[in-house]
Amino acid sequence: MVNTKKDHLAIQQTIEEGGAAKYHESNSAKGKKFVRDRLADLLDDGSITFEDGKFANNMAEGLPADGVVTGMGTIHGESVCFMANDSTVKAGSWGARTVEKIIRIQETAERLNTPMLYLVDSAGARITDQIDMFPGRRGAGRIFHNQIRLSGQIPQICLLFGPSAAGGAYIPAFCDFVIMVDQNASMYLGSPRMAEMVIGEKVSLEEMGGAKMHCSVSGCGDYLAQDEDEAIIAARQYMRYMPKNCHEKPATIDYTLPSEQDVQSLLPNNQNAPFDMRVMIKRIADEDSLFEVKERFAPELLTAFITIEGRVIGVVANQPKIKGGVLFHDSADKAARFMTICDAYNIPLLFLADVPGFMIGTHVERAGIIRHGAKMLSAMSSATVPRISVIVRKAYGAGLYAMSGPAFEPDCTLAFPEAQIAVMGPEAAVNAVYANKIAELPEEERQAFVQEKRKEYQEDIDVYRLASEMIIDEIIKPNELRNELIRRFKQYENKTVSQPNKKRSVTPV
Amino acid sequence: MATITSTMAGNLWKVLKNVGDTVEAGEEVAILESMKMEIPIEAESAGVVKQVQKNEGEFVNEGDVLFEIE
Repeated sequence: MVNTKKDHLAIQQTIEEGGAAKYHESNSAKGKKFVRDRLADLLDDGSITFEDGKFANNMAEGLPADGVVTGMGTIHGESVCFMANDSTVKAGSWGARTVEKIIRIQETAERLNTPMLYLVDSAGARITDQIDMFPGRRGAGRIFHNQIRLSGQIPQICLLFGPSAAGGAYIPAFCDFVIMVDQNASMYLGSPRMAEMVIGEKVSLEEMGGAKMHCSVSGCGDYLAQDEDEAIIAARQYMRYMPKNCHEKPATIDYTLPSEQDVQSLLPNNQNAPFDMRVMIKRIADEDSLFEVKERFAPELLTAFITIEGRVIGVVANQPKIKGGVLFHDSADKAARFMTICDAYNIPLLFLADVPGFMIGTHVERAGIIRHGAKMLSAMSSATVPRISVIVRKAYGAGLYAMSGPAFEPDCTLAFPEAQIAVMGPEAAVNAVYANKIAELPEEERQAFVQEKRKEYQEDIDVYRLASEMIIDEIIKPNELRNELIRRFKQYENKTVSQPNKKRSVTPV
Repeated sequence: MATITSTMAGNLWKVLKNVGDTVEAGEEVAILESMKMEIPIEAESAGVVKQVQKNEGEFVNEGDVLFEIE
């Protein structure tokens, strides 16, 4: 190869065009954009600030940039590092230099303390290169080792545009936030073909590892995008809510007041009747600021970023509209994960409790609801960011604890005037305490007795009684909540917490 | 043929649709009583109720089929 200027430009151009035309066409038919166009969409001003290793493997035939683009750019004016697979080059598979490029950009992100974005669209390891890219010190395992090391230091986001197969599936697994494009994105350890060969299972890719499945059943995906454009918008929006790294706070964001602020009218008189918590969140959050994480997974609990007067807040809220807002193993898991992200990146937490407790029964016990619930409590309890807990209508049993109950050092516990806190609800409690007595009573007296005892119980768990005992710090009218939160979060911003003298917790899993 | 299943374990408190009724996607078709809460069950897709599989007052498990729709 002769290094004249003309040759240089020609080589560079060939590299920037990616793989063969037929692969561009087949991608395009599936609604998949070329890797450099994706980066142009994602980054400010449609441009990469600089690229490293563009000429990687340029001596080999047909491996432009060795199938991955790595470099830096900006999002909302802040620097980010990125790696982006080029699926027109050997299906985005990883060779030795692909892996080395990814490792190096991660090292750059660590040194510069900037977020790292992974635009994944890869068939996995290039088997022909396996000795050079798989097992060694700077093999693919190092990518995951770096991700784990970087976790909680800098935001790591995965945009999944195509497959992330086998070991490659661990890239999204170690990211804070995973966006999957419907129909095109997939995650799996073994392909359907492999599953059929090895375990005899016949299954479609979509069923086994598709975007919808991962965003609603497995919980591996956080955001289901209808197409690549939506995925890019979601990634940019997520980045709005994140600081550059764990040593900074998220920037405040321009806001408008919520167009509808009436919370009172949303709350049904009947404690046990459902209402839509999502609507309530919208009425206390800045207009259009709600950004949900794992919307389709364990929807009986909502996890979302909002802003209140431009300040980024992480919300954990029970959704009475779905499964009565009861906590399940998956919802506990979802909450734990979300709180960890908020705590890592200095995002205060708001708990909106309307919870009858953790689910009971054989099914959930076998699913390990105790250890999953413990995860939620552990993540909540050890979160040192400001935490405000609001009892909307009720917090029963361990539900109270999980939603940052008074014993777990929230900065305050607020309650609406109709709220109740108890080990269990009135119906269950009266049955539990007076079961024998009720059985002894003549049939015609039972009803009246039960009603009387329920009324007594209700009075005992009344919020004014609880406030009198100082279990509740303040009783707030629903329509006052937004302003109360604004005032309190502003003050709590300067919170400091001393850490216990130990190396680490042994966290429940 | 599609089915509407119970989202969680509980007591089938109210069955709101009978054989021959049309249902819209997202419409409430039954209400469970579980954990002392009313749990509405919604149809995922529209159709006509072909069969009602459970009776009011019955215990249903998570995933049990409540309706078959066409």
